[in-house]
Amino acid sequence: MRGIEPVLFDRPGPRGRRRIAVATVLAVLALAVLVALAVRQFAVHGQLAADKWQPFAQWSIMSFLLNGLKYTILVTLLCAVISMPAGAIVALGRLSKRRWVSWPAAVFTDIFRSLPTMLLILVFLLALPPVGINLPTIWKLAVPICLTGSATIAEVFRAGILALERGQTEAAYAIGMRYGQVMRLIVLPQVIRPLLPLLLVQLINLLKDSTLGYVVTYSELLYSGKILGEYVHAPIQTYLVVAVLYMIVNWLITRLAHLIERRQGRLPRFRTGRVAAPTTVTAASE
Amino acid sequence: MDIFSHAGDLGHGFLATIEIVVIGFVGAVLIGTVIAVCRISPVLPLRAFGWLYVEAFRAIPLLVLLVLCVFGLPWIGIVLSPFWSVCLGIALYAGAIVCETLRSGIRGVPFGQVEAARAIGFTFGQSLRHVVLPQAFRAMVQPFGNVFIGVVLGTSLCAAVGAQELTYATKVLSLRVGSPLVWYGCAAVLYIVVTLGSAYIFGVLERRVRFQR
Repeated sequence: MRGIEPVLFDRPGPRGRRRIAVATVLAVLALAVLVALAVRQFAVHGQLAADKWQPFAQWSIMSFLLNGLKYTILVTLLCAVISMPAGAIVALGRLSKRRWVSWPAAVFTDIFRSLPTMLLILVFLLALPPVGINLPTIWKLAVPICLTGSATIAEVFRAGILALERGQTEAAYAIGMRYGQVMRLIVLPQVIRPLLPLLLVQLINLLKDSTLGYVVTYSELLYSGKILGEYVHAPIQTYLVVAVLYMIVNWLITRLAHLIERRQGRLPRFRTGRVAAPTTVTAASE
Repeated sequence: MDIFSHAGDLGHGFLATIEIVVIGFVGAVLIGTVIAVCRISPVLPLRAFGWLYVEAFRAIPLLVLLVLCVFGLPWIGIVLSPFWSVCLGIALYAGAIVCETLRSGIRGVPFGQVEAARAIGFTFGQSLRHVVLPQAFRAMVQPFGNVFIGVVLGTSLCAAVGAQELTYATKVLSLRVGSPLVWYGCAAVLYIVVTLGSAYIFGVLERRVRFQR
């Protein structure tokens, strides 16, 4: 039977199959009751009324939300373009033999991995303008996301580099390459391909962080949803539509990550040890 | 002005953050366990429900979920205080991640272990109790640490929806008293202490419970 954990269950016998059939009927009933309760809760408070949902069938309203989605994707890609190379550089710095390179890189990753993006947003929004640092709105959103994002991505790269077989770098050093050459020509090309699905998971995290445009009043999807919800007097409906839009985009990225993961039959040789890097998308999406 | 006369406000915010973290994390573990049981059960509708839950709540950004809980739920007659709304949002969100952590932990147990348990005549419950779960739980310590840190960092989003916690207290304090950089610095130090501290504790725990092979 597909989908059942082979670790836990044997193939069920006749008695087991009967029990499963009874449980299936009960579960369908229970879930139906749950859905009915939720729908009733909406109906009783008049949130199923046609005029509450009508706006989302109009193109002008939906195009406003899709415009917000466009800016969400724009900010996400901007942050990705900055923080992915930055993360790679910080990871290489942290693995460097020179203390004056590795130490600042380690401090950077440890600090910005431990700080909430929201706090940094407020710093750029409220604390820095009085000191004279007043960035344009999009950068008030993008800079904090890039700071925390590049620290997280640096750790992804570091795990990937550490998981690469030692022989690769040793061979490169043996034929006389320098540290920079080894990293650029040998390590990074081999590490990026298997890390691609994990980097897509990080892209989802950047996209989730872009919802903080709600705080800096940058007109991305969530903030557009807030404005729209007040305009059409249907906040819960608007936020539900916004949530579904986010789910669709994230679901597409996840599918892409799984697709790439499956297509990569030819992976470079990784050390199989206790501290192997998280090499699957599901393991890394925490 | 001096820091110490206002440090109490920051302390209140910090305590609220800890409360949200504890309630949210415990709630997430409960929800995640139930969903994980659904996802691995042989009953098809329950499996579908678990799959849908995990896919939905992992794809929705936490802030959207918090906004829905705080500003959406009252419209369908579920009126909670901001504090309990954000706790609910965080528990629902982290529950999906806990579910996946539990599942991948169980999947990590080598199949031969279960076969061996069955071969020596263990029942389902016995093999679960003596063979599968002890190994699965040990592999889950580190991932659970990551979930916990994620919850700690996630609580700062509560400030965006008006729940009083550390980030919110910092914002209010810096607007009221001035010298914002000092207050944000203090908050940053508190966050770093909590996250790095819990990472250290989970690391120690992981080494303690690891099987020596």
